Amino acid sequence: MPFAFEFGPVIAHADTIADGVWLTLTLSAVGILLGLGLGVLLAMSRGLVPRPVQWLLDAYIEVIRNTPFLIQLFIIFFGLPVLGLRLDAMQAAVLTIMFNLGAYATEIIRAGIDSIHPSQIEAGASLAMTRLQVFRHVVLMPALARVWPSLTSQFVLTMLGTSICSFISVQELSGSAAQVESDTFRSFETYITVTVIYLLLSLALRLALLLLGEALFPRGSGLRRLVGGRR
Amino acid sequence: MIRGLGADQILFIVGALRWTVTLAALSLVIGGVAGFTVAIARVSLLRGLRWLAAGYIGLIQGVPALMLLFLAYYGLSLAGLELPPLAAAAISLAFYVSGYLADIWRGAIQSVPWQQWEASGSLGLTRAQQFRYVVLPQAVRIATPPTVGFAVQAVKNTSIVSIVNVVEVSRAGQLVNNTTYEPFRVYGLVALLYFAICWPMSLLASRLERRLDVRRQR
Repeated sequence: MPFAFEFGPVIAHADTIADGVWLTLTLSAVGILLGLGLGVLLAMSRGLVPRPVQWLLDAYIEVIRNTPFLIQLFIIFFGLPVLGLRLDAMQAAVLTIMFNLGAYATEIIRAGIDSIHPSQIEAGASLAMTRLQVFRHVVLMPALARVWPSLTSQFVLTMLGTSICSFISVQELSGSAAQVESDTFRSFETYITVTVIYLLLSLALRLALLLLGEALFPRGSGLRRLVGGRR
Repeated sequence: MIRGLGADQILFIVGALRWTVTLAALSLVIGGVAGFTVAIARVSLLRGLRWLAAGYIGLIQGVPALMLLFLAYYGLSLAGLELPPLAAAAISLAFYVSGYLADIWRGAIQSVPWQQWEASGSLGLTRAQQFRYVVLPQAVRIATPPTVGFAVQAVKNTSIVSIVNVVEVSRAGQLVNNTTYEPFRVYGLVALLYFAICWPMSLLASRLERRLDVRRQR
C-alpha cells in the first residue's frame, strides 16, 4: 500500500506545537543569555584568579566539551537530587544549557581577547581611560566583535540542542512533537513539520544575531569580516 | 527490585562502549564519504551544483540531530525498509556528520590560494588533476585539525540514539540506573567513558592545530 501524506491531523494540533515553539524560544533565549554571561565572566577572569581556581575552571571547560549534553542533563536532573538539590525539569534544562554553552563561549571569547594586542591596552591607558573603560571599550567589545560569527554558530547549536531537553520531559518543540505523534499516529508528518519549524527558527536566529551584531559592533563590522571567527 | 551498582552493571555499561564506537565510526566513514562529495559539489564550477550543496549544508546544520534521527527512523520504515534501530541511527548520524564535514572541507579547499589552481592549470593539468595533485593535498593538511575536532562532536552525538533504544553507553546507563537508582554514580561513569574517548581526540586536534600554525609562519 503506498503511503499517503496526511498533514491534517498534525495541523489540528497546531496549538501544542505553538506551545512547544514558545518553550524552545524561552529555553534558548534564557540559556543563551546566561551562557554568554558565564562565558564573558570566565574569559575575563583569566589571569585574575589564583592558579588552582584557574585549573578548576579549565577542568570544567574540558569536561563539558568532551561529554555529551544529554549526560550533562542527566547528571543535573537525576544526579543532583541525590546530593539534596532537587530541580524541576525546566530548571535543570536551563542550568545545563547555561553550563554547556558557558564552557564553549568561554573558549570562543578567550580566543577573541587573546587577539587584542597588549599595546591596545597601553594605548587606552595613555588616553586616561580607567581600567574598567579600557576593559570594556578596548578589550571586551572588540573581542566580542571579532568572535561574533563563532558565537552565532554556537548559539544556533545551543538552540538546536534544546531539543534534547525533551529527554527529561520538557515539553519544548521536540517534546510537543512526541505529544502530537502519539495523539495522531502520523509520525513522519509530525517530524517533517517540526523539522521545518526548527529550520525556520535557526534561520531566524541567525538573522537576528547578524542584525544584533551589526547594532552592537557598528565599527567592528569591517574588521570582523576580515579577521573572521573560528569557522 | 533495587540492586547496588556492582561489577556486572559496570561491565554492562563499559561493554556498551562498542556500540558507541561503532556508531561514531560508521557515521564518520559514511558521513565522510557523503560530506566529501558535497564539499566537491560546493566548490564546483556549476552554479546549480554549488547551490544544491549549499542548500544541503544549510539544511543539515539548521535542524537538530534528534529530528534527523526521527525522520530516518520513521521515514525508512515508511519507505518499506524494515531496518533495525541501529541502522536508522547510523544513517541519521551519517547525514548529520556529512553536513558539517562538507562545510569544514569546503572551507579547507577554498582556503588553498587560488593561484595554486592557476599555476597548475598553466602546466596543462585538467581540473580533476589540479584538484587531485595540487589542491587536495594542501586542503587535507588544513582540514585535519578541525576534522578531528568534529569527530569529538560525532562521538558525543551518538548519545541521542539512546531514544530509539540502541543500547550504546547512554542507554546502558539509563537501563542500569533504572534498576540501581544511583544516577550520580551511573551517569558519572558514563560521562567518564565519553571523556576517555573524547579528551585525547580534543588534545590531538589542538596539537595538530598548533603544528599547522608553526608551519604556516615559516
